[in-house]
Amino acid sequence: MTELTKLTLAAALDGLKAKSFSAREITQDFIQAIEQSRVLNAYVVETPEKALAMADASDARLAKGEGGKLEGAPLGIKDLYCTAGVRTTACSNILGEFTPTYESTVTQNLWDQGAVMLGKLNMDEFAMGSSNETSRFGPVVNPWRREGDNRDLTPGGSSGGSAAAVAGDLCLAATASDTGGSIRQPAAFTGTVGIKPTYGRASRYGMVAFASSLDQAGPISKTVEDSAILLEAMCSHDPKDSTSLNIETPDWRSDVAKGVKGMRIGIPKEYRMDGMSEEIDKLWEQGIEWLKAAGAEIVDISLPHTKYALPAYYIVAPAEASSNLARYDGMRYGARVDGDNLAGTYEATRADGFGAEVQRRLMIGTYVLSSGYYDAYYLRAQKVRTKILNDFVEAFESCDAILTPTCPSPAFAFGEKSGDPVEMYLNDVFTVTANLAGLPGISIPAGLSAGGLPLGLQVIGKALDEAACFRVGGELERAAGFVAKPEKWW
Amino acid sequence: MSVTKDDVRKVARLSRIAVTEEHVEDLTGELNSIMGWIDQLNEVDVDGVEPMTSVVETKLPMREDVVTDGNIQDQVLANAPRSEDGFFVVPKAVE
Repeated sequence: MTELTKLTLAAALDGLKAKSFSAREITQDFIQAIEQSRVLNAYVVETPEKALAMADASDARLAKGEGGKLEGAPLGIKDLYCTAGVRTTACSNILGEFTPTYESTVTQNLWDQGAVMLGKLNMDEFAMGSSNETSRFGPVVNPWRREGDNRDLTPGGSSGGSAAAVAGDLCLAATASDTGGSIRQPAAFTGTVGIKPTYGRASRYGMVAFASSLDQAGPISKTVEDSAILLEAMCSHDPKDSTSLNIETPDWRSDVAKGVKGMRIGIPKEYRMDGMSEEIDKLWEQGIEWLKAAGAEIVDISLPHTKYALPAYYIVAPAEASSNLARYDGMRYGARVDGDNLAGTYEATRADGFGAEVQRRLMIGTYVLSSGYYDAYYLRAQKVRTKILNDFVEAFESCDAILTPTCPSPAFAFGEKSGDPVEMYLNDVFTVTANLAGLPGISIPAGLSAGGLPLGLQVIGKALDEAACFRVGGELERAAGFVAKPEKWW
Repeated sequence: MSVTKDDVRKVARLSRIAVTEEHVEDLTGELNSIMGWIDQLNEVDVDGVEPMTSVVETKLPMREDVVTDGNIQDQVLANAPRSEDGFFVVPKAVE
C-alpha cells in the first residue's frame, strides 16, 4: 500500500509524468507514513494541507502535459530554510514561533519546478552538532539499528532529520545544508547519498546563517541520480546573495552513468588516521578496487595540512557564528526574556534561547575575535585555510577526484560522544576539509559495518567539478550495489 | 595560552549571554580544552600566506543603488515579540 513512498525521486517523477499515479496519491502516502513514524522525530513541522494543495496544483499542470522538473514530487525541507508562512526556527528556542514572510531562494527554486512540501525537518540547533542532540525538539532517531541491539542511534548531524526522513521513506528526497560535514556525515550514517556543492553554487538567501564562508546548501537522497536531479534544481545565481556565483548550472544527471574510465583518483595518505577502525579502512580499499576495476587510475597524493583542518574550522565557524547570531536580541523577532534593563534583557534572552553547544561556540567565537586575539586566531586560521586549499590545488594536478571514507565510524548511540566536545568534533575529520577549501564533496553508501550499519565513501572534486563527484559516485553506487534498508521497527 | 575564569566572564558579557558563577567554572574547563586543542595551529608556518577569501576567484558584484522593496511594515513587524502602532516595543535604552 505504501509502495509509492519507496520509489526513488527519478522513478517517482517518471510515474507522475506517465500518470501511473497522481501527485495527490503519492503525497497522501507520504503524509500517512509521516504520521506513523513520529517516533523517529524527523519532522518538526508537518504541512499536510499545504502539501495536498501543492499536489493538486501539480496534478492540474500534469493533466495539461505541463509541469516543472520536480512536478508533484513530495520533499522534506530542513528547518534551516525560511519557508513563507511555515514556522522556521533552525530548531533553536531563540527563534520562538518565527514564521517567515519570505521564502529562501533554494526552496523557491524547488516550488518553481513543481515540488511539494511535506514539512520541516529536524536538525541540530543552528546546524551546530554532529548527532542531532542539540535540537530544541529533541534528537532524531536513526531508522537503522545495530544487529541484535535495540538501542536508539543518532542519524548524525546536523541534517539528521533530512537523512532519517530519506532513509525511512518519509519523503522522496530532502534539502540539507553542510558547514563542516552536515550533509555527508548524516548521509553516511543512514545509507543515503548527500552532496555539498562548490561554495557559491547555491544561494544562501533565506537560509538561517551559521558560518557564512562555509555554509552551503545541498540534497540528501536515495540515489546518486536523485541527488543530481535535486541539486540541479536547488542551484542558481541569486543577486540576493553576493557570494552566489554567476554561472550556469550544468546537467549533472547525465554524468551519473558516464563511468570512470581514464579518470585519475587520488588517495590521500593523511586520511589514514591512527585509530581508524579496520572496517572503515577495508571499505576504503574496496572502493579503490571498484574504481580500478572500472578503468580508473589510482594515484597516491598528499594533503599535508589535513590535521589542521578541524582546529582551523573551530576558529572560523564559531567566529562567524558569533557575528551572525548577534542578531538574536529578542527585539525584532523570536523569543524575548525580560531582564532588569536593556543589557539584562539581551543576556536573559540569549541565555534562555540558545542551547549549551551554541552558547559554547558563541563564546569561543567571541573569544577568538576579541581585542588583541584576531590576528592570532581568526587571521591565522584563514591563512591555514589557504594552505589547505593549496594542498588540494597541488593534488589535483595529478588526479581528477579524491576518494576517502566519509566518517571515521558508523552511527553511534545517543550520549556515546556528547561528554567531550572535541571527541564529537572529530566526527567531521574527513568532511571538514572540503568546506574550508570550498570544494564539492559527495557521500555514497558503500557497505555495512560488522554491526550491520551503513558506511559511506566520500568523493571530493575540484572547484565547480561536481560532475566528477557524480561520475565517481555513480560508479561506486553501481559497484557497491547498496540496497540494504533499515528493518522497520517503528 | 590558557583561558581564565575572568576571560569567561568577559566573553560571556561580550556575547550578551547571562552565565551563572557555577557555570563559569564548567565553561572555563571546556574552553580551555578546546582552545588547547586549537593551539596546534601555531605549528603551521603561515609567513607570507594570504588569508583565504574564496575558492572561485570572484569580484563582489555591485548593484544599482535603488530601492528594491518597502511598504511591508506589517511583514517587518509580523514576528516582533512586542509591537504597537507600527513600532517595535523595546526596553528603555537611554537612562
